Amino acid sequence: MFRNKKTRYTMILSGPYLLWIIGGTLIPLIMMFYYGLTTADGGFTLSNVFAIAEAGHAKALGQALLYSAVSTVVCFVLAFPLAVILKNSKLGTKGFVVFVFILPMWMNFLLRTMAWQVLLEKGGVINGVLTWMGLPRMRLINTPGAIIMGMVYDFLPFMIMPLYNVMSKIDNNVVEAARDLGASGWQVIYKVLLPLSVPGIVSGVTMVFVPALTTFVISNMLGGGKIFLIGNVIEHEFTVGDNWHLGAGLSLVMMVFILISMAFIAKFDKNGEGNLL
Amino acid sequence: MKKNRVVNRIYLILIIIFLYAPILTLMVLSFNNGKSMGKWTGFSLHWYAEMFRDDTIMEALRNTLVIALIASVASTVIGTAATVAIQRMRPRSRNALLAANNVPLLNADIVTGISLMLMFVAFVVTLSMGTVILAHITFCIPYVILSVLPRAREIGNSSYEAALDLGATPVYAFFKVTLPELKPGIISGFLLAFTMSVDDFIVTHFTRGAGVNTLSTMIYGMVKIGIRPTIYALSTIVFLTVLVLLIIANVVPARAEKKRREGTHA
Repeated sequence: MFRNKKTRYTMILSGPYLLWIIGGTLIPLIMMFYYGLTTADGGFTLSNVFAIAEAGHAKALGQALLYSAVSTVVCFVLAFPLAVILKNSKLGTKGFVVFVFILPMWMNFLLRTMAWQVLLEKGGVINGVLTWMGLPRMRLINTPGAIIMGMVYDFLPFMIMPLYNVMSKIDNNVVEAARDLGASGWQVIYKVLLPLSVPGIVSGVTMVFVPALTTFVISNMLGGGKIFLIGNVIEHEFTVGDNWHLGAGLSLVMMVFILISMAFIAKFDKNGEGNLL
Repeated sequence: MKKNRVVNRIYLILIIIFLYAPILTLMVLSFNNGKSMGKWTGFSLHWYAEMFRDDTIMEALRNTLVIALIASVASTVIGTAATVAIQRMRPRSRNALLAANNVPLLNADIVTGISLMLMFVAFVVTLSMGTVILAHITFCIPYVILSVLPRAREIGNSSYEAALDLGATPVYAFFKVTLPELKPGIISGFLLAFTMSVDDFIVTHFTRGAGVNTLSTMIYGMVKIGIRPTIYALSTIVFLTVLVLLIIANVVPARAEKKRREGTHA
């Protein structure tokens, strides 16, 4: 009797959420597969998925993979020393660090990307300063560099937070023990801190790589519509191109990369140590 | 060792400059008299005045806030109830639900947005502001659960069960015992959901009806025509709002925690 009541209570509380999982996650994903694997008249086909091999699409995917990989590496190279410094510094009370380095992340994503447009534009701030100093203007916007810059800027906090979270949990005694046993500063970093922060690295890498790989906003705003990434191709099919089946098929291909990243997280970050929150 | 410390400081400062310089640039430009992004032509507040008179911006701002408010309240209610339930489930169903919870978090926004749009269209729901709100609730719930869950774990079920043993009905115990205990987690979950909703562009882009604009979609549309300095004024205000919200989000749970501790000592 009691047991029964308890189950009913749990059901009532979780009911709306279960409905939401079904209606908001499950059915939409099924729809994605349905569209991706059918033609306009409803017949089964794999051509929407294999369309990724077409020259334009393959190039877009290749470029997206390249740019997002480069920006992920840059984010890691910038964020790892930062996390080490913050771990050792006395000013590293958690609230303060979270505040300073996470604040830009909460600023509207479009506005942050727009800020780089304003900086890099032909008549923009950087060129304005160059002209003022009597130097020639540079072509900055609509280049791969501008897109990578935008990716690094937009997603850097996603790398900083998980790295800092794992790093701050590493016991200082472990570091001191390594020191006592004669490890140099670099050895402490490579042999102790780096291996111990793997869960944070994996989740940071995923949290930068996935949004960078799938973006169409950054490439559109900083690439001037000339550089097409896979996200742009998909967005185009759903808005202007009006071939939803092709768009869904290409999305399925992109989801393969997302699934690989999720599998990595599940393998290396079992306790959710590297979580953003 | 001392030289090291100087190098570390410089590195920290460089990263902070990198993170804040673009935002500060927008703030400075919002006070620029002229329209140029590259030239300073004197201090002025007229872009702010113009921003408040601009109907497109004001409507987008209103939509953004309405959507965020409804989505964050709804997702906080659903998410909190779900967390309490998850906490009482057997491990296997608990893990299954938490895995499902992770899908929208780890999935790319473009996939979330497109798949929701395909569902709405399949069920012949006209895309409107309503569909945007439903979509926002979908991606906000996981954040609420992630914020409330650690707190729920920390507390456990004992005081709730004690209340039941003392004769409270489940409903009474839920409102008098469970909810007050979870309050700090619920507040931060709500604020997180709210900011996520305000910040969203991609999901909104795919699920909005014609003519429905939030700040994000409005800015995106403006990129093609050219950015007006009123948007710089808007960025400044958005940044300051985020700053205040984040301070509240950090201070309120800390305060509540302190109060709770003091309460138990007294």
